Amino acid sequence: MAYTQNDFKKGQPRWCPGCGDHFFLASLHKAMAEIGVDPWNTAVISGIGCSSRLPHYMATYGMNTIHGRAAAIATGAKVANPNLTVWQVSGDGDGLAIGGNHFIHANRRNINLNMILLNNRIYGLTKGQYSPTSPRGFVSKSSPYGTVEDPFRPAELCFGARGHFFARAVATDAPGTIEVLKAAYEHKGASVCEILQNCVIFNNGTHDAVYDKAGRAKNAIYLKHGEKMLFGENNEYGIVQDGFGVKAVKLGEDGYTEADVLIHDAKCEDNTLQLKLAEMEWPVALGVIRDVVAPTYDDCVTAQIEEVKAQKKYHNFAELLETNDIWEVK
Amino acid sequence: MEIKEKESVVVRFSGDSGDGMQLAGNIFSTVSATVGNSISTFPDYPADIRAPQGSLTGVSGFQVHIGAGQVFTPGDQCDVLVAMNAAALKTQYKFAKSDAAIIIDTDSFGPKDLEKAQFKTEDYLGEMGIDPDRVIACPLTTMVKDCLADSGMDVKSMLKCRNMFALGLVCWLFDRDLDIAFNFLKEKFAKKPGIAEANIKVIQAGYDYGHNTHSSVANVYRIETKNKVPGRYMDITGNKATAYGFIAAAEKAGLKLYLGSYPITPATDVLHELSKHKSLGVTTVQCEDEISGCASALGASFAGALAVTSTSGPGICLKSEAMNLAVIMELPLVVLDVQRGGPATGLPTKSEQTDLLQALFGRNGESPMPVIAAASPTDCFDAAYAACKMALEHMTPVILMTDAFVANGSGAFKLPNLAEYPAINPPYVLEELKGTWTPYMRAENGTRYWAVPGRQGFEHILGGLEKDDKTGAISTNPENHDLMTRKRQAKIDAIPVPDLEVLGDKDDAELLIVGFGGTFGHLHAAMDEMRAQGKKVAMAHFKFINPLPKNTAEVLKKYPKVVVAEQNMGQLAGWLRMKVDGFVPAQFNQVKGQPFVVAELVENFTQLLNK
Repeated sequence: MAYTQNDFKKGQPRWCPGCGDHFFLASLHKAMAEIGVDPWNTAVISGIGCSSRLPHYMATYGMNTIHGRAAAIATGAKVANPNLTVWQVSGDGDGLAIGGNHFIHANRRNINLNMILLNNRIYGLTKGQYSPTSPRGFVSKSSPYGTVEDPFRPAELCFGARGHFFARAVATDAPGTIEVLKAAYEHKGASVCEILQNCVIFNNGTHDAVYDKAGRAKNAIYLKHGEKMLFGENNEYGIVQDGFGVKAVKLGEDGYTEADVLIHDAKCEDNTLQLKLAEMEWPVALGVIRDVVAPTYDDCVTAQIEEVKAQKKYHNFAELLETNDIWEVK
Repeated sequence: MEIKEKESVVVRFSGDSGDGMQLAGNIFSTVSATVGNSISTFPDYPADIRAPQGSLTGVSGFQVHIGAGQVFTPGDQCDVLVAMNAAALKTQYKFAKSDAAIIIDTDSFGPKDLEKAQFKTEDYLGEMGIDPDRVIACPLTTMVKDCLADSGMDVKSMLKCRNMFALGLVCWLFDRDLDIAFNFLKEKFAKKPGIAEANIKVIQAGYDYGHNTHSSVANVYRIETKNKVPGRYMDITGNKATAYGFIAAAEKAGLKLYLGSYPITPATDVLHELSKHKSLGVTTVQCEDEISGCASALGASFAGALAVTSTSGPGICLKSEAMNLAVIMELPLVVLDVQRGGPATGLPTKSEQTDLLQALFGRNGESPMPVIAAASPTDCFDAAYAACKMALEHMTPVILMTDAFVANGSGAFKLPNLAEYPAINPPYVLEELKGTWTPYMRAENGTRYWAVPGRQGFEHILGGLEKDDKTGAISTNPENHDLMTRKRQAKIDAIPVPDLEVLGDKDDAELLIVGFGGTFGHLHAAMDEMRAQGKKVAMAHFKFINPLPKNTAEVLKKYPKVVVAEQNMGQLAGWLRMKVDGFVPAQFNQVKGQPFVVAELVENFTQLLNK
């Protein structure tokens, strides 16, 4: 069935004007229409936070749950009902602080979830405390003299948990966002999409370098599997190998030519270079960084049940009773 | 040889935790149950992970009560004590009656063994004040080695069969048919026939040793079987019966069974049991933590499964947040709490009833949840079935309480016929409501409807924020919140539960004994003993604790004296006082991590009567 974005829209979003959540929501509606899964076979599950209000604006099945538990609740929904397409939506606090344990284990198990991480590097709903993705030294209401702790880098956490899919988009970049959402849906397994978004009230400008089109042209690279990693307004820059790492170089300078530029391989099982790409500060890597096929937990659970059903001779409760040592009292 | 006819006998197997006492005890229970005796068992594991061999903290015990008629408890003290080493004798002798027969392995009472067991002299019997005439002392280890000398086994493997020699001896003492034990071993070790054969050989040797050597010393006990209820039976532990109850309910409701769990003593066996039965379509997920166990189960419930999470007290602390979410979302969920000693890590392998108020109240906000407590190992089946039925039909999380004593103990379980169990009909949203349905629309009994994802036209959102009664949208309206709070409470209050049954002298009792959950057997045995002494005593035992049975106040106020006996500081008494105006009972409270002792109950209740 062909859908339009309106088939997935519901209600009037209540985020602050200019919040990145508005942009992302519009892209999610469009992506779902293009993906074409029926709204009634789709569940959107969130935790708590500004971004976790999102399921209220979806015409699908949805749950707006408790702080940090979205990935765990989504895990149960998907494993119990594998026919459901499950989207899990969390902010950086919900997903990586209070929900960090569920985030890593959903990745490790490789549950077939589309996991959205809306990263504005701040706690918005509680009005402006630093988050686990705020940079060291970040000044906020709860860190008036600057934080003295290092942030998580979501890709590093995902890869450390043996995640098989990681993509990144900027909330204001609709085509880029829709592309990664569709890729996340196509990927069977836990798919993490980090969405860089601005909080106009408490952390304005946090992603300024890439938040508008002009900025992205200068400061971002759109990665495409199988294509040379070129970027810049005129593709004048490229990513080359640099010892054990990668670096951005200007073609024609220091003897670098296009031939030196690496070809992106999102399908490579070894995540070493993908991690290097994800962690670059300039340019910021956008698009699908890692997309590797692996068995999913929910498929394996179902397969194991079928396998054991074929092996064992008992298939209902009455037959189960008969597998015990039974005696008869006459 | 004197043959003593007895109504019931208690046997306690004890030894080092590596000595296989649980297996020996299990086989003996099965053999006894097979000939039609009633049984009640109590495994008493050491708390230490792996205490040094031969040490006092490493002793593992298994007690079984065998009766001609119905037995309700594993027994206060034993008639026969098997002590496989010096540490076992030292720590377990306190569980033996003054005239108990004691079987020891003299090979395990050497100088080093005695030192580890903290005996001061070599006269360990004298030190403990044990009459040597009551002791069947045999060089058990030597005899096992002799018996298996030709088997080609190494010494370590041979020594693993020591428990079977003791079992053989006990079987002789009780005139048991060894063939039943042999068949048990052949099945257990079907894939290792060599081990089965060695074990069988050693049991026979133990039996023969008793027969040939001690026929003039000890009594042989005979437990006849009476009051038999015809039928087919199996031995079942409380945890296994709980798992079976979940499976049966899922089958009856036509739903997939989902268990989200995290290993925790003493609840883990439920996870183990359910994980085996994939051929019944059971899905178990061993989660990353207790929180996820409950949260993932709630996700599974939303997605249309019969969802269960299993744990013990410390896990309930962690699950309470997601349980609360289930309360406000009004989704079915069964939370199993196999209680253990607390607070915090407390006494992980021991039994208490100290989580009752946590189950009733341990969540933020007004958060009513039904609470059901199983009375015995076999009752866990019915209690689990009832919990699932209640959760599914009333769209609510339900707490099912058992305890370490009930969970690890076992009893003879008459195989249930699922056709005789009540149907389970969840309130699925009716197709004709399409277009007008909102998530908190309620049926006549106050239950909201269940719209499972996959149904077109019923897309909706549930969540932890308060919702408008009519539209289901987020609402902070004060009148609406008050209304929703009352509706959630009224829904739970309206759940029908069976009336409280009064046992014993229900018309003219001078004392009513009140309890809940796993103390049923001990309280019943205490009542029986007092009535045998000519006293007028009745008992009322709560299985349904929230909501309380309709006749609760009537029963509690009918008798001149009432005592609430529980393994906590008075939690049920407090709950009843809150719910029944003017009810002020006497209390018997014990928090030792051990089952009640019937003799202590009788003494205490008798004093109360005489006051």
